[in-house]
Amino acid sequence: MSPLDLNALGKFETAWCPGCGNFGILDAVKDAFVRLDLDMHRAVLVSGIGQAAKLPQYLFCNYFNGLHGRALPAATGIKMANKDLTVIVTSGDGDIYGEGGNHFIHAIRRNIDITVIVHDNQVYGLTKGQASPTSDPGFVTKVQPHGVINEPLHPLALAIALDAGFVARTFSGDKEHLSQMIQEGIRHKGFSLIDVLQPCPTFNKKNNFSWYKQRIYKLPQDYNPGDRIKAFEKSLEWGDKIPAGVVYQNSRPSYEETCGLMKDKALIDQGVNPAALESVFKEFL
Amino acid sequence: MGKIDFTIKIAGEAGQGLQTIGQLLSKSFARRGLNVFSNQVIQSRIRGGHNWFAIRVSSERVFSPSTSTDILVALDKESACHYKELKSGSVVIFDPSALPLEVKRGVGLQVPLAKITSENGGNRIMGNTVAVGAVLGLLEYDLDVLFGLIRESFGDKDRQIADANVKIAQAGYDFICQKALKGRFPSLKNTQGNPKMFVSGSEAVALGALAAGCQFISAYPMSPSTGIMTYLASKEDDFHMVVEQSEDEIASINIALGASFAGVRSMTASSGGGFALMVEGLSLAGMIETPIVIVLAQRPAPATGLPTRTAQEDLEFAIHAGHGEFPRVVLAPGTIEETFYAIARAFNIADKYRVPVIILTDQFMADSSSTVDGFDFKSVGIEKNLLSDEKLRNIKDYKSYLLTKSGVSPRALPGNPHCFVLADSDEHDEYGRITEDVDRVRPEMVKKRNRKNLRILKEVAPAKRYGPRDAKNILIGWGSTYGAMKEAVDLLNENKEKVAMFHFTDVWPLNKKHLSFLDRAGFVAVVENNFTGQFAQLIVAASGRKIENRINKFNGLPFEAQEIVSAYESIRKKKRK
Repeated sequence: MSPLDLNALGKFETAWCPGCGNFGILDAVKDAFVRLDLDMHRAVLVSGIGQAAKLPQYLFCNYFNGLHGRALPAATGIKMANKDLTVIVTSGDGDIYGEGGNHFIHAIRRNIDITVIVHDNQVYGLTKGQASPTSDPGFVTKVQPHGVINEPLHPLALAIALDAGFVARTFSGDKEHLSQMIQEGIRHKGFSLIDVLQPCPTFNKKNNFSWYKQRIYKLPQDYNPGDRIKAFEKSLEWGDKIPAGVVYQNSRPSYEETCGLMKDKALIDQGVNPAALESVFKEFL
Repeated sequence: MGKIDFTIKIAGEAGQGLQTIGQLLSKSFARRGLNVFSNQVIQSRIRGGHNWFAIRVSSERVFSPSTSTDILVALDKESACHYKELKSGSVVIFDPSALPLEVKRGVGLQVPLAKITSENGGNRIMGNTVAVGAVLGLLEYDLDVLFGLIRESFGDKDRQIADANVKIAQAGYDFICQKALKGRFPSLKNTQGNPKMFVSGSEAVALGALAAGCQFISAYPMSPSTGIMTYLASKEDDFHMVVEQSEDEIASINIALGASFAGVRSMTASSGGGFALMVEGLSLAGMIETPIVIVLAQRPAPATGLPTRTAQEDLEFAIHAGHGEFPRVVLAPGTIEETFYAIARAFNIADKYRVPVIILTDQFMADSSSTVDGFDFKSVGIEKNLLSDEKLRNIKDYKSYLLTKSGVSPRALPGNPHCFVLADSDEHDEYGRITEDVDRVRPEMVKKRNRKNLRILKEVAPAKRYGPRDAKNILIGWGSTYGAMKEAVDLLNENKEKVAMFHFTDVWPLNKKHLSFLDRAGFVAVVENNFTGQFAQLIVAASGRKIENRINKFNGLPFEAQEIVSAYESIRKKKRK
């Protein structure tokens, strides 16, 4: 089989606004797939609803574009049924952290081997500019005219608190770094969270391209992502300086590695055996 | 052996081991080929309260509880509430040291359960075994069957405990013999017959799923559906079955849909409240045309309602749940056997038409058990209706939602080397890509999804008829009321009233042709475990016929045959006036 090239992933007209961070993410996703030489027929992209969740539509790939907030359960089911598939979720901050917050918690607990790319622009786009779970306090919208009151959700801190396998942050404006994070996330066995900060030029005038650009810095070479407490501290860093890179990583066995049933073979390849019922029926005598 | 039909009721608090006694007795009878039907009425608590386990033993097959009780094993004061079910020949077994009961009807039989237990070296819990021995003593039943069951359940590891229980059961049995109460009940001394399986409704669902090659269930525990996942979990390794206890029911259905999309037969199960949370996912199944089987074990609602009681209140909900228009099939089996086959059928229908199939059971069905002669798992074909690898190789341009005459698009699975497989909850084109083409694509897709109904209407089965051919008086029912209705029909015909019944398992969609029996009917009444007469309304809508008579029960308990008879007679009397 010839290696995956960029053209094979297709070029589609998108429904995104000019200047949207999603373009950078799509480019980096493609770049990561090409560099990994991903077998696209053995991969499934899963998303919920929102502008970010449209990303799979703009690739030649298998995809499951499900319900708002429910990308993680669908991805979990796909991976459990066929662990040999590479399962990648791409959705927004509202989808994963808001509507799907409960699933986010429990998917991390399972440590199912999926890679979750969260397009985090700190605002709701498709519903036209309301606050998201990651909006900064004071952020003014038409629905929050006096500014956001709620404390923002800190996705990395939450993930580390739940001992997620791989926790990274990157920026839609840095294709190289973003692609690298995606590649590492896909390679990691277990739940991988990649929180991608991205500008929303239409609805988030505060956290714009230069706002992020000025604040984001890369974690130094000697940073140890294996230190959970340090990682927790790093994950809370927000404001004047925002760290990017692999903030936390562990080698906790993934769901598929732990579940005895799928240690050797994917569930779908195991076949069914109704004839075994014959002996089961005896248990009812 | 002549005709026998008697009921043993074990009544007491939660935690007193009613289930253990009930199971031991039921299985003892089933092993010698007797027909057993048991049901449980329980309160929503872990300890205390008043619960009962009723065992009906008969020479003919029965599928519903009896109104009267022949042997009452009373383990708490509240058991006195069952006195009204006693007949003059009935016996109440109780321990006078623990429970100074005053038995007003039948015979109060004081059995010092605790004393017999301690005298025979047993501990307090084993008092139940004395009761089991005593009941079997009244019936002169062969204790060896019970001993076999006791030894099997404890195994070699707990041999001493098994021996102690055997000794204690014998002591209970002997105590009754001394009392010379023999002859009060039909002697079952020489009962011989082939052993029968004794299976609960929840177990029948689980076994049906295994027979259908289901490999995946994601569910959140909720009474009365939990028994399904519990049983399947015990078979995970043997049947390559994943049981995922999800974080909530929204996750349950979305996880199951993901697994189904990837190619394994998947299901979920819940009760009304959990199903309510699944509703958006049900609509998703309709849109992405991904097969799924959902078991909705009904209980009385609204809201939390009566968590451990029974009802048939969610029929209209199951039929109409989900935003938008898409086809679905709803099956409501009437017996334990039918439940097994209905589940197996559900998976085939779901795959054949790429639609969700809902199985409606209820607490009564889930928690009752019945003897069955066996299940013919070989008759359950597994038709996944997938494109073969060879066909896929030859398809140049695979479309996940290809427009076809039947509305069903040939299905491929993600992971195959030939094509990409797409699922989109947005309106989509034939490939499965998002579209807003309202002029052509949207109307085509709406029609495609909904025209599956034409074939589904041919797939659904008519009602099962029971009763005299020429009967003009008709009872109609669906789901778990089958047993009580059938027995009511027998009783009514014995009373010289010519009545037949039509029982629907396939409750949605309703094929108008299957309602033609109404054209020849005279008196018609619909029997349902709900207040508003939901199925009656469906029949009225589908047939265009007026049906006024309803027999409804909605207090949380299942129908007994006699209640249907009385209700029928009182409506008839009113009409004659």
